[in-house]
Amino acid sequence: MGSNPVTWLGSPVFPKAAKAALADTQLRRNLRKATHTIRDKRTRVVSELPDWEELRRAGEAIKDDVLSNLDTYLERIEAAVTARGGVVHWARDAREANEIVLRLAREAGTDEVVKVKSMATAEIGLNEALEAGGIRAIETDLAELIVQLGHDRPSHILVPAIHRNRSEIKEIFQREMAEKPVSDEPRELAEAARRHLRRKFLSAKVAVSGANFGVADTGSIVVVESEGNGRMCLTLPEVLITVMGIEKLVPTWQDLEVFLQLLPRSSTAERMNPYTSVWTGVTPGDGPQQFHLVLLDNGRTDALADRVGRQALRCIRCSACLNVCPVYERTGGQAYGSVYPGPIGAILSPQLVNDMHDKQAASLPYASSLCGACYEVCPVRINIPEVLVHLRAEAVEAKGRTPESVGMAALGWLFADARRYENAQKVGSLARHLAPSGRISSLPWPGSKWTSTRDVPTPPAESFRTWWRRNRG
Amino acid sequence: MADARSVVLGRIRRALADRPAAAAIPRSYDVTRPLGDLVELAAERIADYRAEVHQVASADVPAKIASLLAARGARRMVGPVDLPSSWQVDGAEWLIDSPSLTIDQLDAADGVLTGCAVAIAETGTIVLDGGEAQGRRALTLVPDYHLCVARADQIVGIVPEALARLEPTRPLTFISGPSATSDIELDRVEGVHGPRTLHVIIAT
Amino acid sequence: MPAPRVGLFATCLTDTFYPSTARAVVRLLERLGCDVDFPMDQTCCGQMHYNTGYREEARSLAAKYAKVFDGYDAIVAPSGSCGGMVREIHPELHGTSDAFARTYELSEFIVDVLGVTDVGAYFPHRVTYHPTCHSLRMLGVGDKPLALLRAVRGLDLAELPAADTCCGFGGTFAVKNADTSTAMLGDKMRNVLNTGAEVLCAGDNSCLMHIGGGLSRLRTGVRTVHLAEILASTEEEPWAATP
Repeated sequence: MGSNPVTWLGSPVFPKAAKAALADTQLRRNLRKATHTIRDKRTRVVSELPDWEELRRAGEAIKDDVLSNLDTYLERIEAAVTARGGVVHWARDAREANEIVLRLAREAGTDEVVKVKSMATAEIGLNEALEAGGIRAIETDLAELIVQLGHDRPSHILVPAIHRNRSEIKEIFQREMAEKPVSDEPRELAEAARRHLRRKFLSAKVAVSGANFGVADTGSIVVVESEGNGRMCLTLPEVLITVMGIEKLVPTWQDLEVFLQLLPRSSTAERMNPYTSVWTGVTPGDGPQQFHLVLLDNGRTDALADRVGRQALRCIRCSACLNVCPVYERTGGQAYGSVYPGPIGAILSPQLVNDMHDKQAASLPYASSLCGACYEVCPVRINIPEVLVHLRAEAVEAKGRTPESVGMAALGWLFADARRYENAQKVGSLARHLAPSGRISSLPWPGSKWTSTRDVPTPPAESFRTWWRRNRG
Repeated sequence: MADARSVVLGRIRRALADRPAAAAIPRSYDVTRPLGDLVELAAERIADYRAEVHQVASADVPAKIASLLAARGARRMVGPVDLPSSWQVDGAEWLIDSPSLTIDQLDAADGVLTGCAVAIAETGTIVLDGGEAQGRRALTLVPDYHLCVARADQIVGIVPEALARLEPTRPLTFISGPSATSDIELDRVEGVHGPRTLHVIIAT
Repeated sequence: MPAPRVGLFATCLTDTFYPSTARAVVRLLERLGCDVDFPMDQTCCGQMHYNTGYREEARSLAAKYAKVFDGYDAIVAPSGSCGGMVREIHPELHGTSDAFARTYELSEFIVDVLGVTDVGAYFPHRVTYHPTCHSLRMLGVGDKPLALLRAVRGLDLAELPAADTCCGFGGTFAVKNADTSTAMLGDKMRNVLNTGAEVLCAGDNSCLMHIGGGLSRLRTGVRTVHLAEILASTEEEPWAATP
């Protein structure tokens, strides 16, 4: 249990974690404001492109091609990066990836590394592993910095501190920074972060990054960002270590013409994010002169083996599904107990953990009303509801015989035969005598989970089928 | 004990036992789009990101550079080794990156002047590839002010047209406005670690 | 052209709890010239089983559906959710069948197949409409229900803010994640109440049961009425809330 740090050890199951989050009124307000802001912007910027649906279809097909030929493309990128002076490492799991990065940082003779925001390194718990090995990892993305300085956990893929508002951020910065922000104006807070990190950037010897894309043909790595902290890390240090999930590939340079349109519009809801950096191995005289690429599995091949679930590996980490999800909007990201929250987290985390006996992971596919808003906005057309239901079936199988499975089987038996079903209807309509008011306000467990906040209609005097038989039969 | 590489590749091959047939990629999306006057659109979209845009005739570029620097009071300007001499206007000291400037020299400068490789009108993006009049990446990153000159013939309409013009193995930087963040309440503010001010001169 | 032979798929929830909706469908479709039949062997589409992870029970119910509804020109369900289950999921569980492909949600059938938007209805109330998730995103019914409502005489249609956001029902989600479901319900009810409507209309009794259950618990005085019942209502035969 919990050997894969993609889910946080000791996290409660989703319904329990959600209950606590739902009671946090400040969190509710922060999330509501942020998700609605970005939602509306995304709609506007996506509707600008006449070929959005065509781009989505191409994005889906390109990613499917990558997944169907993943071994070939990985060998290809390895050869291309190596030919351009980079070194490629392979990591079976989080522990192995962390060991590689730690060893490389030590070999570079440094005791601190600057980091570009990266989901892959969050997933493997790299910062903690480096810390344990005596190396400080400094997050340079504003939101990651807020989380790190606040001794907090991330709650969003794109904006890890989405659950914090400006005044909370100001408080964290005032507590943790030498040069304190003077107001809670976002501009001033960004300025404070700039002052706080400037020296680090200009003197860092080693940087660690993730990758948005890796081009198999050319060995080019792409990082998409906004603040310039990425450029700082990718340009100024002598050594650059990039940790990339093995599914992050695109076959050719041309394929990026699709993703450099899909990603910015889906994530930050901009026509283009402020900065995109592309580098290929080592360029003499420009940027880091040592480049290491760590290819990370950590459960991805388990997901790849699942014919329905593997589509989750198309994900380009844009977070559009989080921003439109009615569940996420109310519970926030931490309730998911994983670095991957929201709809994509609900299908990705359990597959990376790959153990439906893990109660927390098995609760995630149920954290959805199956409303389908996520599938509608996904730039690579991941049918999230389909995978959720698929994983629920796996969770049911893993649990074996439960009161629920017995009840569901009984219900299935009733529905299998119209006569049995009709008799049950008649028994149910006896409930009328218990609630002559036309509404039922309390039922015994598990019905109480409904009636704690909602009435139930009393069954009518006769079902439709009885009426039909009387009038038309 | 097998090495990680062969273990991971072996897992992939087992996972793909069904070898899903790769369908042809449907590339029915636009590779170009009629967008009208690309210079006008580029100017509008670059400005949309809070960058300042100036359209001038090619012959007037040096004068425009001089007036922009004077207006900012920018006196110590960084430039790549092949910065056109006509752009190195009087009134500023020119720190040319040969021999290589130190990071502290870059940090102490008032700004940097470069050309670009490509500009994308629809998205308001300029792309640097370390080629003509651009220099290495650090030059356009550390100084707080970036003045960039784009020729009208370097402007393309949409993203696919830009990628077709670029050599992927060069170090590339796509720049859309000054540095920015949406990390606070998902509302965009300009000016973080990268240059806080971006001026673009479009030479027609 | 002979009258189309329509099989009414009432859905288990409507058959058992909301017979007035199914009666309204019969009245409405007959008024529009259809020959309506209700095959008595029908029970449930299996959506609850399927969505909760009980695929095998769902599979046998899909097989049952294909058999029960074989041979109709069209099958009409007063539910986007069950209609979506049949048309989108049943083929995956059971293989293709005309019974699945010919299944329509009520508003789709009236607008697309019969080619009618004004069904001659009369309903003098202020109404707001909640587009249910599955009708919207699984079946893609779009604005068809609204087009039908706009043509209803006497009806004062109020636009529902954040209409396309889920009400929080989600089948067993409402029980398994009752707290989150209630939070979603709270926002939906607030939006409904802000319209000043006296009637909330939708095309799915499951969602109406959820939102209506909340509106009733809080004694808000807003009632829920299925789209079919509004469209069936005329000046001669006005809608009556008979259970």
